[in-house]
Parts: sequence; structure tokens; C-alpha cells
Amino acid sequence: MDQLTLSCPNCAQPVAESDRYCEECGIDLSTARASGTDPRATAPAPSGFSATHHATTPDDSPLPSGTSGAAGGTGADGGYDAAPGAAGSRGTAAHDGATGGGLPAAAGKGADGAYGAMPGTGGLGPTGGGLPGAAGEPDAGGGYDAAFGAVGAAAAPVPSGATGDFVLAAPVLATEVEEPEVSGAGAPDPWSSVPAGDARVCVGCGAQRIDTDGYCEACGLAQPRPRDHQERSLNGVCGVSDRGHRHHRNEDAFAVAATSRPDGGSAVVAVVCDGVSSATRPDDASQAAADSASEALLEALESGVEPETAMTEAIMTAANRVDELADEFEREPSRNAPACTIVSAVLTEGRVTVGWVGDSRAYWFPDDRSGSRRLTVDDSWATRMVEAGLMSEAEAFADARAHAITGWLGADAIEVEPHTLTFTPDAPGTVLICTDGLWNYAEAAADLAAVVPADARTKPLHAAQTLARYACDRGGHDNVTVALLPVDGIEPHEPTMPNHPPTLVGDSLDSPTLQLREGES
Amino acid sequence: MAKLTKSNFPQFSVDIFQNAYLAQGANEVNAIVTVTATGGGTSAALPAAGYGSSLDGPDAAVVIAVDCSGSMDYPPTKIRNAREATAVAIDSVRDGVAFAVVAGTHEAKEVYPGAGQLAISSPGTREEAKQSLRRLTPGGGTAIGTWLTKADQIFSTRPDISIRHAILLTDGRNEHERPDQLQHTLDRVQGRFTADCRGVGTDWEVAELRRISSALLGSVDIVADPSGLAEDFRAMMEKAMGKAVADVALRVWTPANASVKFVKQVAPVVEDLSGRRVDAGPRAGDYPTGSWGDESRDYHVCIEVPPAGVGDEMLAGRISLVVPQPDGTSEVLSQGLVKAVWTDDLNASTKINPQVAHYTGQAELAGAIQEGLDAHRRGDLDTATAKLGKAVQLAAESGNEDTFKLLSKVVDVVDAKEGTVRFRKNVSEEDSMTLETRSTKTVRVKK
Repeated sequence: MDQLTLSCPNCAQPVAESDRYCEECGIDLSTARASGTDPRATAPAPSGFSATHHATTPDDSPLPSGTSGAAGGTGADGGYDAAPGAAGSRGTAAHDGATGGGLPAAAGKGADGAYGAMPGTGGLGPTGGGLPGAAGEPDAGGGYDAAFGAVGAAAAPVPSGATGDFVLAAPVLATEVEEPEVSGAGAPDPWSSVPAGDARVCVGCGAQRIDTDGYCEACGLAQPRPRDHQERSLNGVCGVSDRGHRHHRNEDAFAVAATSRPDGGSAVVAVVCDGVSSATRPDDASQAAADSASEALLEALESGVEPETAMTEAIMTAANRVDELADEFEREPSRNAPACTIVSAVLTEGRVTVGWVGDSRAYWFPDDRSGSRRLTVDDSWATRMVEAGLMSEAEAFADARAHAITGWLGADAIEVEPHTLTFTPDAPGTVLICTDGLWNYAEAAADLAAVVPADARTKPLHAAQTLARYACDRGGHDNVTVALLPVDGIEPHEPTMPNHPPTLVGDSLDSPTLQLREGES
Repeated sequence: MAKLTKSNFPQFSVDIFQNAYLAQGANEVNAIVTVTATGGGTSAALPAAGYGSSLDGPDAAVVIAVDCSGSMDYPPTKIRNAREATAVAIDSVRDGVAFAVVAGTHEAKEVYPGAGQLAISSPGTREEAKQSLRRLTPGGGTAIGTWLTKADQIFSTRPDISIRHAILLTDGRNEHERPDQLQHTLDRVQGRFTADCRGVGTDWEVAELRRISSALLGSVDIVADPSGLAEDFRAMMEKAMGKAVADVALRVWTPANASVKFVKQVAPVVEDLSGRRVDAGPRAGDYPTGSWGDESRDYHVCIEVPPAGVGDEMLAGRISLVVPQPDGTSEVLSQGLVKAVWTDDLNASTKINPQVAHYTGQAELAGAIQEGLDAHRRGDLDTATAKLGKAVQLAAESGNEDTFKLLSKVVDVVDAKEGTVRFRKNVSEEDSMTLETRSTKTVRVKK
């Protein structure tokens, strides 16, 4: 695949050896080559790529323009395995040097946004790292070759803890804020860069023509989509979702939101949904469920409804919304109606309420991690087997059917039974809700606790990124979505809870007592 | 050139049916492309008199070439029926449409209107044309290439007319011309007009006429009983009159390092277009589809792509319909996308799209019939029985009843499900040729 190291003698657009015409200017390459023009000789040389990274404030446009992106890895032979720093430049590469030879103006400066609104671009690793640079300098070395195979699949080096800054993804909420004081040595994080601008460059081959359908006009590769990687952060809650490496689209969805209770106390909401792959349009199902559940929760909490009731109703609202999708789309052949799982967590006045259907999970990680525990019980085949005493947990999970879910939202569900659970943590910690894309790699609470950064409560977005990245580094076999709700312990003001049923507070410091209200409706 | 401003210019829609999911390492993408043109047909919507009365002259031309070789006199009913059929065809020409009649032997003679011209259809000119049919007298040989050349010459007097259609009627083999001469003529005239071919009786060769009709993007059929000619001519003419846009091409774009394995029309009949590709800019090729009226056709496109990693998605092909414009560019009428998604979900990747499976079967059916009859001619009864048995099985499975009926006239079906058949003792040449001629007819997927 190193044929892409050639470029058009007329316009310097990278071309393949087998090309008969230039993608950019349409010149007949056989003629051009025959005329003795060495395409390489006319390729514009890259001039001083600067490696800078931009910071974006919450008020910035999500698609910052004019910020000069960086193209690390230029000239680096096989820019791929280049240092994390170079990797980090992916996505923001603007090749100043590539403006020669009649390239469209859009490809020049200000084109820092190689891929439009896609942060993170589909996976870890420097998918396009240095590629745009290579586009300008065809001799930059094997970058292209590596790129194609590496898109979304390469276990690429990840700069450790190096989130110099980040930019929020395709925003849904207007109140996104940046997480302050993220440590890092300034090396840009590949997950954090938001490329923008009109001059999109193919993450696979570096060609500068992306059609309106989102495919490269040269190699046909689907370009990263907004949902491939999303991050959202509010005061008190944040979420990260990533396509992973093995699925072609992100069928997970999440929503995070915050509001206030009638009594003035705060309420924070997170919802995570996992579309059922074997169903029709699972990505739409999960998005609809996350959005509608979040909306329902906000409304109920604002009007003073008790969190458990609000949770049950919100899950039913989401279920109805997903049901409706079955009528809106034509069902794909031999696929079920749109369906997804749901897990949601609400934090009100120091109290945590969790609700779920399916096998997406919630965990509680106190700051000292000693009382880490899973809060949910999967609606899955494995769980049923264990509950029925037919198999040991190990046996059940080893079975091919282990992950078959026995509860979901969707028109094909016989009956939706939301499970809820409420507890009041007695110590500061973090509530994590996630899809099986994460817990597949660390199922037990203790194992997962080892992966959750120690400062998860104070830097939740960083922790969410770390967890998603952890799953991707382990293979990213599924979409992965994580939402974190930091719990600062007993709130300073005592909320009034006249109608609230008594909540047991753990009598042991390292083990909060859970009051399980499963099946409460 | 197509007149895009005309109100009868059809709307084209492209629908893609495929399973985009590929297993790791897989590199072949199959898709059925359904192209439907609507709103362009004039055959049903407008009365005959209303057509062509527009001020900008005729927009269709028809040349009817009738075999007048000596063999048309045996039996004499043949030439009589041919005359009658031609008269019916002339009656079917709408007012305002340009037309001409050619008598074909080892050379081509203009019967009407003569002097290399086209007449404009009106009640008067049609009457004149029918009168002139008396001049059709059998005698001489058969050289179809000369007929085609004459038709081309006549059409070329009116370059402003975009829809050009010829109807060829013959009863014998192309004996007074070498096959390479005919091929040379076909190469020269293809793309300049379309043609339907009809064989009368059983002394003509299916493969030969099919070669002509394929090259000229028309149909071929047998008229075993000459008395059926008139109705067939009327139907052909109506279809020709219903065309609203000419020179439509199926454009297939594929990404770098991908290649088109084949492009076949699979409905209403199987027609391999792979060899007809004309490069159309970077990574794109045009496959001719001829003229379109209100109709729907299906194409099977098979593309080889470089395998990508699990989780990758690529555009394997962009299928569009284009018509050439006077300025040399082409207008894209409609398009659809063929995708490839690599997955480790075997459940998804092993599913064969029902449309793809169906038409793969239909193409196999046509092939099995042709191979079976070939083997039969060679005297290889074992192969012939096996092939036609397979054909019976495929026809039964897919619900292609017409083909099944034609097959049952050639073989006794013992077990359609298993494909067990026996050759009939006295298969008529007519039945065998009818089967061969219509072997490429397909049915659409059962809903």
C-alpha cells in the first residue's frame, strides 16, 4: 500500500501507482508520468510543521477554526510508532507546507480540522497521526500504509496521563465545562483533539477529498463520525463513549445532565445505553433511550418526585420511546426491533439512585477503594443460571450464551421491569455506570477498582477517559461507554427529606450498606 | 441528446440491496441495484396522436428491417406473415415519430421512404409505407451486418433524434457474411441505436441473434408461429415508443485498489455488461443500459475490495445513473452506495442478502439451460440431463414459472426439488429453441 507515496505532478495530490487519473485535478497520470515529470520532484516540501495544540474554552465553538493544528510525525519514518507526542497530533494536523502546487485553499492553513467535528476519531491510537503531513510530503515514509490497517484497530501508544487539554465533543448540552487542572506534560492527547474545518483529510489514506456521505473519495474508507468518540462533562458528572476497535459504529449512547430540586438541592443525572447489535438500528435505539430517560429524570427531579420513582418512570419512558422506533423504521431483514439496555444513576443530596434493564452496570468506588462493589445485577443468561443454581458464576460466564440478555428496552421485550437501588454513601467516592464494553475486561468490582484512577472523584473526566481507553487498549471488542458521578460524601447542608423512607447508612466505614429495592415500581 | 426540459423526462431512483457485513479477510462485495424510472413513459399516459406533436420535432426514430431472403418463401406464409407483422408495426408508429422500412437480404434495400431518409409518421405516410410492403419479395441471401449498416446510415441523417430503435426480423442464419464481419459492424454501430431481434421459425441461430441484441441492448425472442408476429411487433413497437431517455449509463465508482468483478443486468433478463465498461474519470466506469421508459431493471454488481480490519467500514462502490449532455459532460440522475463493513459477528457476515441470492440463482439458471442445451447438441446426454436437472431445480426454487414450463417441454420432471429429470423422447426444435432464447428471462424476488 505504499503506492500512496506518489503524488500528482500537476497538483501534488497523493495518488496511487495504479491511478489513471488524479483524484484532485483529474489529470491523466499516464500522460503526465510519461512526459517525464517526476511526481516526487514537484511535491511540496513540508515547511516547519509546528507542533502546537489548542485549548478550547467552554465558550468556544466546538469546531474551533483558525487554531493551527499540529502535524507531528512529519518526515518521521513510519510516523505511526512515533512518540506519543506525534501521535497526539492526529486530528489537528494542518500542513502548512502542503499549500504549494495548487492545492485547494482549504487544505492550507486553518485547515486544522482534518476530520470535521470528530474528536478522537474512532479509536485510540494515532489513527491519522502525521498523515496529513505525509500528504504534503509524500516521502514522509510509510505512514499511509500503516494508517489503513490501523484505523480504529491499532493498539497504538497512548500518551500516559498526558491530557494537555481536551475539547468537548459534539455538544448536546450547553453547560459543558472543562475539567480543570488536568495533569500532563503538554503532550496532546489523541482523544482530546478536535479537528475542524472544511479540508477534511482521509484518516486512512490521507487523500483530501471526503464526499458528502462521509467516505474518502480515494480509498472509500468511512470517515470518523461524531458518535465514534464522545465526551461530555458537567459539574458533578461526566461521560465518555468510544466506538472501540472492532465495531464499525458506536451503538452505545449516554446522557449527562444536572438540575436542581425544588428544595434547592442539586440533582445530577447520568444515563448509559447499549444498543443491541442484532437489532435494527441499535444506535438510534440507544440514543433515543438515553435522551428520553435523561429528559424524563430531569423533569421529575425538578418537580420533586422521589428519585426511585423518577428512575422507574424514566426507564419506562425510555422503553416506550424505543418501542416507538419499531414503527418509525422499517425492520432490517432477520433483525429484531430496535432495542437497547439502560443503566442510569442519579445523585441527589448525597443519595445515589441507580436503575437498570439489561447488562449495563453500575459500580460504587469509595475513595479508598476498599468497599468497591457492583450495584447492579445483570439481566443476562449467566446471571439467571447462577441465580437458579444451575451453574457457578465461572461456568456461566464461560458459556457462549453468557452475554445473552434477558431484559432490554424495545418492542420485542415482553415486559420491561426496571430494577432500582438507592443508597447513601457514607464516604466520598465515585459512582460508575458503564456498558459491557468496559466490564468485559474487568468484571469484578475489585478488578475494575484497580483501573479506576485514584483521583477519579476529583478528576472524573480524566478517569472516564482512562477507563474507556483501558477497554480499547485491551482490544476494544465492543463499544465502550463510561459515566462517572463523583460523590463528595455527606453534603454540608442537611437536606429536608420529609417523605423519604429511612435510608440505612453503613455502620462500617469501608462498606456502605445497600438498600436494594429491586423491582420496585 | 436527452432533452432534460421535457416534462416526460423520467425520474430515476436507485435502490441498493446488499449485506454489507463481511467476515475478516473477505474481499468480495455483492449488491443488487434496482433502477426504476418513473414519469417518463408515454405509452400508457398519452394517446398516440398526442405524442410527438411538440414543436421541436420527432424525438424517436424506428427502422424496421425485414428478412427477404429466399428462404422466407418456404413456406410462402412466412413472407406473408412478415408483411402483415410489418404492417402492424407501422400502424404502431406514433404520429410524429421518424421511421423507415428496410428489406434485408445479402444486402439491404430501402423499402420506404427511400433515399436514405426517415419519414415522419402520419396516417398518410403510414398508408404509403404499408403499400410499399408489396415490394417485399423473397430472394437472395442473409447478411444482417448490411442491414445494421443501412439502419445506421438512415439514423445518422437525423442526429437530433435521441431515441433510435431498430427491429430486426429474420428466419435464417447469417450465412452470407463472416462472423467477424458482423462483429465488426456491431462494434461500429453499438451505442448508436438499440435493436430488438426476432427469429422466425427454427432455422436461425439463437446465439447469433443474441449476440446482436446484446450488443445493441435489445431483446431477442423466437416467433415460432409466424401468425404470432403481428402481436409481437405491436408489443415491441409500443415498448420502443415508451422510451423517454436514451444512452443512460450505469456508472460504477470504486475506491483505490478495488476492482469491479462483474456488472450484470439480472432483470428482466440476464445480460452481462462487464465487457462494456467505458472508463469515466478516476476509478469510475460506465456500463451502457440503452433507452428507458417507465420501467425497472435490476443489476448485480460485484466488487473486489482490499480487505480491511474488523470494525472498518468503507464505501465499496457508488452506483449512479448518468446521461450524456450536449456539452460532453454527463448528468447524474440518481445514485446509491454499496458499502463494506468488516465484522467478527459471524451471524451478520454469513447472511446472504435475499436479492443477491435470488439473482445469483437466476443467472445460474440461465447458464445451466444454455450449457445443458449445448451439451445436448453435442450429444452429451449425461451433462445435458444434469444441467437441465439443475435448471429445473433452480426454476422451481425461485418460482420462475415461465422458465419451468419451457423446461418441462424439453425434459420430463421427475422430482423438481431434487432436480431429477429425463430428456423427452421427441423434443421439438421449436421447444428447444424457445427454451434457449428465453433462458435469460428472470423473475423478481418473491415478496
